[in-house]
Amino acid sequence: MAFLEVKDLKVHFPIKGGILNRTIDHVRAVDGVTFEVEQGKTYGLVGESGSGKTTTGRAVIGLNHVTSGKVFYEGTDITKKQSKTKALRKDIQMIFQDPYSSLNPRKRVLDVIAEPLRNFEKLSKQEEKKRVQELLELVGLSPEAIVKYPHEFSGGQRQRIGVARAIALRPKLIIADEPVSALDVSVQAQVLNFMQDIQQELGLTYLFISHDLGIVKHMCDDIAIMYRGRYVEQGTRDDIFNNPQHIYTKRLVSAIPDINPRNREKQFHFREEVQREFEHSYDDYFDNEGLAYGLQPISGSHYVALPEKG
Amino acid sequence: MSEELLEVKNLKTSFRIGEEHYAAVDDVTLTLNKNEVLGIVGESGSGKSAFAFSLMGLHNRAKIEGNINFKGENIANTAPGKLNKLRGDDMAMIFQDPLTALNPLMEVGDQIAETLILHRSDMSQKDRKARVIELLNMVGIPYPEHVYGQFPHELSGGMRQRVVIAIAIANKPELLIADEPTTALDVTIQAQILDLIRNLKNDMNSGIILITHDLGVIAEMADRVAVMYAGQIVEVSDVHTLFENPLHPYTRSLLNSVPNAEGGQDKLHVIQGIVPSLKKLPREGCRFASRIPWVDASAHEENPVMHEIAPGHFVRCTCHSQFYFPDESKEVQSNGVSGS
Repeated sequence: MAFLEVKDLKVHFPIKGGILNRTIDHVRAVDGVTFEVEQGKTYGLVGESGSGKTTTGRAVIGLNHVTSGKVFYEGTDITKKQSKTKALRKDIQMIFQDPYSSLNPRKRVLDVIAEPLRNFEKLSKQEEKKRVQELLELVGLSPEAIVKYPHEFSGGQRQRIGVARAIALRPKLIIADEPVSALDVSVQAQVLNFMQDIQQELGLTYLFISHDLGIVKHMCDDIAIMYRGRYVEQGTRDDIFNNPQHIYTKRLVSAIPDINPRNREKQFHFREEVQREFEHSYDDYFDNEGLAYGLQPISGSHYVALPEKG
Repeated sequence: MSEELLEVKNLKTSFRIGEEHYAAVDDVTLTLNKNEVLGIVGESGSGKSAFAFSLMGLHNRAKIEGNINFKGENIANTAPGKLNKLRGDDMAMIFQDPLTALNPLMEVGDQIAETLILHRSDMSQKDRKARVIELLNMVGIPYPEHVYGQFPHELSGGMRQRVVIAIAIANKPELLIADEPTTALDVTIQAQILDLIRNLKNDMNSGIILITHDLGVIAEMADRVAVMYAGQIVEVSDVHTLFENPLHPYTRSLLNSVPNAEGGQDKLHVIQGIVPSLKKLPREGCRFASRIPWVDASAHEENPVMHEIAPGHFVRCTCHSQFYFPDESKEVQSNGVSGS
């Protein structure tokens, strides 16, 4: 039994139109996604904006309505209403992308972090304060910060407050939706290091959503590449970066700027080559609607969206 | 061979907060040649955008001191009317956020045509439209005739950014300032936009100032790099030297905090403390000193100036000679990221 198992997940949003405002079509934001995440690992979801990665994450935690498909968390299907128990809501938490809009500006840090505690645990004022201070210490902020307001903190510190809130209930699974995209490199490093530390300490599992392949490579054990609501490739970090098979993955990997200026020419050359291949063999990788095919295994861990043979 | 296009001398841009002026750009001296890309890196709040806006004369109420010599003429503190003859013609800027840079109520084609009307008034309407279509084509927008009549909200982020670029290059500027031109975009589109900027440099022989916080983009695009911290330039060198032999503690820390392209899962370097806010900037001594407290105070100069370490390689302050990373007691390579 996998820790988290997503089976043929579909999230479609209706497009309303016409005189009677009837549903005329659907946006297939997530269109048949299947994956498993092992406990204690970091699973990366990568894609360009609009590829459906955030919608997938939000559907897993229940912030988006699931059109069809199943999400099994420790064996129970959590897309069913009756299985959305309190325990489950405690176990899965989310870190949001934007540390500026995800914290209520009119609440003190104490109230921001204590909110999940107040919802799920009956603590006295004293106990609550103590827990919040412990959490702040854990994320590397001073315990005196509880009386401050979010605007008094820098972006990196705010993101750590968001993390403190997410781990307040000792969850097992955290959905991190672009947790460092809004931050500067040096601050980004701080948050990423810290996320790795608490992962070890608390045995957390991450569903890590990002568009930055450099960060994904640094953080994730397994990686999936999404394109227009479907998976184009899934595998271990090694599979994706050293042996990309799908033309879309290759294109994505080739587009990352190389940090060594001496490789410039090589990188341009590689990019041109991939672009030529992309134009040349587009039809081999995408169906006539421009969508990816179903996944075919090419090794034990590595799956690529290719047309079925024969 | 290299011809100087822009010379900035002791530029100081200050903003008034309450009763006092605070310098966001403090004593910046730089040159830019034709057919050269000068990259400027730094974290948010380091003054890179304030610097770019000063060059273009876009600050409303800032106090600007020092010289900006563009093609031999000092354009600092020039009247807007006179500056308008240059802006959009000889010098142009690509803005960071295309959604705020474009007018939401105007067709994109007309927005591009606007700079042609201002600077090429002898152009006939027909020629103008043809030129706009040509520009849209140049920046890689499909169906330019159709896009001409569309509004910004009908285009995707990448397309909008291309429109902003088309406006900037409409009159083939000799100086192009690109302020985080790809920060809002996906990597594949970023690669295309950078390609485009590179081609422009080659086609038009322009000088380009590329402002970004992404060291990968710098490594790929720049000929020379200036690193900015707290309003000052702390290191200037050619791009290879900067990545292979960075000297200033800030440059080295920055390079070490990037997730390694070679894919190591080691700990990333974290720079202690935060970028000081404008009001709290240390005005005396080495501005980076408070973030490397383990380095002996005597290593810093009292009034740090730029030292030429090698031809073309300038470093501010003397603290680099005694700098080490706290976790670097054992022999670790000093210029972490570039490896070899």
